[in-house]
Amino acid sequence: MLKIKNLSARVEEKEILRGLNLEVGKGEVHAIMGPNGSGKSTLASVLSGRDTFEVTDGSVTYNGEDLLDLSPEERARKGIFLAFQYPVEIPGVTNANFLKTALNEIRKSKGLAPLDAKDFLILMREKMKLVEMDKSMTQRSVNEGFSGGEKKRNEVFQMAMLEPTLSILDETDSGLDIDALRIVANGVNALRSPERSFVVITHYQRLLDYIVPDFVHVLYKGRIVKSGTKELAFELEEKGYDWIKEEVDAAKV
Amino acid sequence: MNTTIGTMPEYLTRYFENNNLIGPASLKQIRKDALARFEVLGIPTTKHEEWKYTNLAPLTRSEFHPALYHTLSKDVVVNDLIAGKEVILLVFENGRLNKELSSFDNLPKGITVGELGDNFDHPAVVKNLAKHASFENEAMVALNTAHIFDGAFIHVAENVHCEKPIHLLYISGGEENTLAFPRNLMVAEKNSSAKVIESFHSRGNESSFINIVTEVVLEENANVEWSKIQLENSNTFHISHTECTQAANSNFDIHTITFGGKIVRNNLHIVLDGKNITSNLNGLYVSNGDSLVDNHTLVDHAMPNCLSNELYKGVLDGKSKGVFNGKIFVRKDAQKTNAYQSNKNILMSDEASMNAKPQLEIFADDVKCSHGATTGQLDKEALFYLRSRGIGEEAARAFLTIAFADDVLNRISNETLRDELKNRINERLNKSN
Repeated sequence: MLKIKNLSARVEEKEILRGLNLEVGKGEVHAIMGPNGSGKSTLASVLSGRDTFEVTDGSVTYNGEDLLDLSPEERARKGIFLAFQYPVEIPGVTNANFLKTALNEIRKSKGLAPLDAKDFLILMREKMKLVEMDKSMTQRSVNEGFSGGEKKRNEVFQMAMLEPTLSILDETDSGLDIDALRIVANGVNALRSPERSFVVITHYQRLLDYIVPDFVHVLYKGRIVKSGTKELAFELEEKGYDWIKEEVDAAKV
Repeated sequence: MNTTIGTMPEYLTRYFENNNLIGPASLKQIRKDALARFEVLGIPTTKHEEWKYTNLAPLTRSEFHPALYHTLSKDVVVNDLIAGKEVILLVFENGRLNKELSSFDNLPKGITVGELGDNFDHPAVVKNLAKHASFENEAMVALNTAHIFDGAFIHVAENVHCEKPIHLLYISGGEENTLAFPRNLMVAEKNSSAKVIESFHSRGNESSFINIVTEVVLEENANVEWSKIQLENSNTFHISHTECTQAANSNFDIHTITFGGKIVRNNLHIVLDGKNITSNLNGLYVSNGDSLVDNHTLVDHAMPNCLSNELYKGVLDGKSKGVFNGKIFVRKDAQKTNAYQSNKNILMSDEASMNAKPQLEIFADDVKCSHGATTGQLDKEALFYLRSRGIGEEAARAFLTIAFADDVLNRISNETLRDELKNRINERLNKSN
């Protein structure tokens, strides 16, 4: 589904991704871990089309198509979803209106008729249950005045509404207490299917207790330096990242 | 009008003389004094501090004439009934009342709505006309005062609540270079309430010049909501002055919404002349092309325990220019004043510009005042967020802009009017994209 080859990217003059390789197959859940500043969020940004990053080398294909050529909205319409690390507040735009517009734009690109008000409401109610979201949230402005937990829950709610085929979760667990973490993870797990893939970016192993990954990768200095199964995450939790850093830095010398 | 600023062109002098045959002697004297004052002050130039960014020179390059005949048909006006049909309606064609198209008969007891020129002997007119909007230092008020005749008079008697909205509908055009000097006076007596919509339209692309002055007097505990809606074409010069005097415990809400015009200047002065007064000033201007929208507001807190709350927002596209100058005076006696002011602008293009100047002058020591002005582009993060959910770039921009503007429009209590304005801004922003 997603093939990243030798990807390098920079922001201004700073090289952040340096030849990253990753393949994500249909239905797979990949966790990406790594110390602060290793390039995790940059990877999420590049995949979703944020223009503050410049790709200097390599390629990304998504279902055989060159992803880097597409605008953020085209990517979204083709089924890519980024759950933001810092969801943006948009005063004056209600959650419901925002989602209805987004959903219908995506439907339009697939040649589907827009959902009418009633069907949209039914769908929204169903998905709200999934993340245990209060009804009033849909009439509030997007993320405005939401707590950290509510914002993350809203991201997963949007994901459930838009039903993407590739979801990228950028530190969705950061700032969540254990209850919120469970709710968010339940929402993600309910979406798992043989057709849908996930890239779960996280700093902590904790989230992976709830969203059990098929593969775990360690990102360090803009490259994936180690890949394994969920056991690798336990090892990282126990030993930290230093041993990996030492391994990588030693190999360079 | 005339290239020699300060003197009246001959055709206007004749107009002045004919117009000044009508009305009581005291009014004739006021007109004469105003004309004399205008000739001293002249049309303001950019050397004048209050007109620094608003150059009226283009106005002096054409001759504008008062239109003499009514040619407007009812079906044209229907499109401009932006507050619906259930209104007390005065239609002014090129500034002059068109009685056929208006409907202000059979009004409930205690409510007077009609042409100002028909009401010169009304005690409230005698008492208030030209007594509030001073022309001493305001050339354009002087010019208007010199021509007092056309315009609306609204009177709501003590304890009377006017249920129907009063719609003053001004429509210009039908010929080129029309000129109008409407003069409105509204008096809301003790414990009365009313809602007024003042809207401005163009028939086609004809150029026009409107120089309008409105005096609004709120007696004790009166409650007035005033919506000034400017929807004229891009060949319109609109110079307006609204002067509101509020007595104790009164409430005045005013919405100044500008979607059109070539040069628009809105002076809004509010004098809070009593205790426990509330004044809400809301403004929204959406401009493009090479238009200029200049809002000058003055909130004068003269007495204690009053609240004024001012929010002006602008969306400027193309090469358009915006000016916001917001003065707040808090006089020595105005202790426990709460005065808030905010001006926020979005520049949609590289060539649009905004000049914002908040000015607070506080002479009392126990007050809460705040002001702020921001000018910037649409929030890039918010744009990216919308796009990352599948919403196209242009739609995302319109989405954010509409949300920004709705913040002001949502303060308008008349639902028909509010929805109509939202539709118009929607159409406009989606069309320009």
